[in-house]
Amino acid sequence: MMTAVLIAILLATLAAAAAAMSLRNLIHSVLLLIGSWLGVAAFYLMAGAEFVAFAQLLVYVGAVSMVVLFAVLLTRRSRTDIAVSPDSVSRAWSAVFAAGAVLAVLVYGVLHSALPHSPPPRPSVTVGQLGALLTGPHSAALLVIGVVLTVAMLGGVVIASTDRPSAKEDEK
Amino acid sequence: MTADSPISDPYLERAPQMLLDLVTGRLPEPWRWLANGLVSIVVILAVFGLLFAALTLAERKILGRVQNRPGPNRTGPFGLLQPIADGIKMLTKEDIVPRDADYLLHLLAPVTLLASSFLAFAVIPYGRHLVPLDLDASVLFFFAVGATTELAIFMAGWSSHNKYSLLAAMRALAQLISYELPLLLAWLPVVMLSGTLSATGIVAAQSGWKLGWIPSWHIFTPWGFAGFVIFMVAALAESNRSPFDLPEAESELIAGHLTEYSGCKYVLFFMAEYFGMTALSGMAVTLFLGGWHAPLPFLEFIPSYAWFGIKILALLLGFIWIRATFPRLRIDQLTRFAWKFLVPLAMINLATAAFWSLSSGWSWPMQVARWAVAIALVVGPFLLMGRRLSAGFAPRTYQYST
Amino acid sequence: MSGGTLQLCLLFSSALFCVGLAGALSRSNSILVLLGIELMLNAANLNFIAFWRFSPQPAPATGAIFVIFSIAVAAAEAAVGLALVISIYRQQKNIRLQEATRLKG
Repeated sequence: MMTAVLIAILLATLAAAAAAMSLRNLIHSVLLLIGSWLGVAAFYLMAGAEFVAFAQLLVYVGAVSMVVLFAVLLTRRSRTDIAVSPDSVSRAWSAVFAAGAVLAVLVYGVLHSALPHSPPPRPSVTVGQLGALLTGPHSAALLVIGVVLTVAMLGGVVIASTDRPSAKEDEK
Repeated sequence: MTADSPISDPYLERAPQMLLDLVTGRLPEPWRWLANGLVSIVVILAVFGLLFAALTLAERKILGRVQNRPGPNRTGPFGLLQPIADGIKMLTKEDIVPRDADYLLHLLAPVTLLASSFLAFAVIPYGRHLVPLDLDASVLFFFAVGATTELAIFMAGWSSHNKYSLLAAMRALAQLISYELPLLLAWLPVVMLSGTLSATGIVAAQSGWKLGWIPSWHIFTPWGFAGFVIFMVAALAESNRSPFDLPEAESELIAGHLTEYSGCKYVLFFMAEYFGMTALSGMAVTLFLGGWHAPLPFLEFIPSYAWFGIKILALLLGFIWIRATFPRLRIDQLTRFAWKFLVPLAMINLATAAFWSLSSGWSWPMQVARWAVAIALVVGPFLLMGRRLSAGFAPRTYQYST
Repeated sequence: MSGGTLQLCLLFSSALFCVGLAGALSRSNSILVLLGIELMLNAANLNFIAFWRFSPQPAPATGAIFVIFSIAVAAAEAAVGLALVISIYRQQKNIRLQEATRLKG
């Protein structure tokens, strides 16, 4: 019963992702990808990683989706710009073949490695334990992530802000 | 529903659990879990749906009285049947969808918004044994689901095939994203000082009374009071209520991102906004006002869910009162308010709460100093930053029409 | 087929990764390439959580901790990547990757 639900969630995620990568309408692509992120969050919940599932919801569906949608809206010149299509049929097929080759290698690796036969009892990690781990053994990584996020935010603002007039004159 | 209430609880406290056992007691185990869940969903939908209807009427009456007019009083005595009349009108209206609109997205937007607003009700503790879903990280779940509502607003604005709707949707999204940060920063001190992210744990951390009669709610501490005010202001903005209701400014932009919606879908949006408001009030009660605890020891005979109802009604009436009183903010004013005022204040509040937590073991004379420092840390930045933010504006003069 | 559920999850995450790879390789719209990259990161995170759940762990919460950091890094990278896309749009008025060749040769 639980395995059936798991398979259903994974199939839905895969279907949404595949549709997202192949549709012509950019907005529909983005919304379907957000659906696949929801599916991944549902998988995390099924696996018992509650905090990670809610973090995935908050960060991906709540924030990254907004960034992507704003970027789509700010980089089009008319409503028809939303229609995107692959460059050429040959390029699309070669990408599919390359991805298929990678998939074949990965599947071979998965099927021929010695994985544990029966799943252990469901692990559970409380938020308190995660907090203790983050501020104890992994505190250095936490501080580094803080710096990375701050730098990314500042960098994003600097890159996306409008050019100063003097720079434009140099270009001419 | 959570753990069974012990027999020692008064009868009214145990009543909901006993009713639930009566309804689903005979079913075998997996079906019983499912039936319990369905009953909780139906009860929440019924209670908060009726609350939504009553709120629309209450809002129009109170707004009317504040503006020196009676409000709706024709349908039924004192206008009490007005919500029913409104419902009938909205449901029988023609559902117009623009020809070039993206029909699937146009349909999905109110559904998504309502679904995510409704999911937020699952983790609020309504009474001593009345929390539908007792998660370890329930406060995080609540705000994660709240962040999902922004997506539906974009879908509404985009699918209408109307450039003004799209602009209004982008403006609404800018407002929602800006105010999400003060909202999240306002409850971080609460989690820090309660030591848990679960709503039931936070309510349990506010039990008891100091000096015999002051409840240990978080709002009665300096950082808790500041956090509560920041949370309520950010909640006003997150649910698009006046004075932050530029996205749907009825007197200015027709309906902003909802311009192309009519009839049943418009009701769904409206309902989702009220559900969001109610859910945020419920979470404010849980985080700052002690949840379902009674304010004084001798008042504990009133059941816990009644106390929760009284507190949430008080907050909702506060929302309506604010709507009647303040003029609308412009988009640049409200984003500046969020980023330059609320976010720094919320971060300083976090530092104040950290100081409060570290100094909790001080002896009695030092407690006075602790309160003095905490109050200074809350009031000082507020006055200084408020002064700087309103620098350059002339002092306010009032003219009344008497 | 040994390994049951874990193998199933790993196969699905590999498939998700390859869907993202195909999308990132075949599209000329920068935003779609970025979306493909995000999908690949998500597939890797799914892998971590599958291993955390279905195989015995030496340290209790390593999988969850790694995924938290991975989500944070992916969010930062999405923000910076999309800022770059906006900047490219400002230069060349469209976001086709083929036309961003000013640093070439």
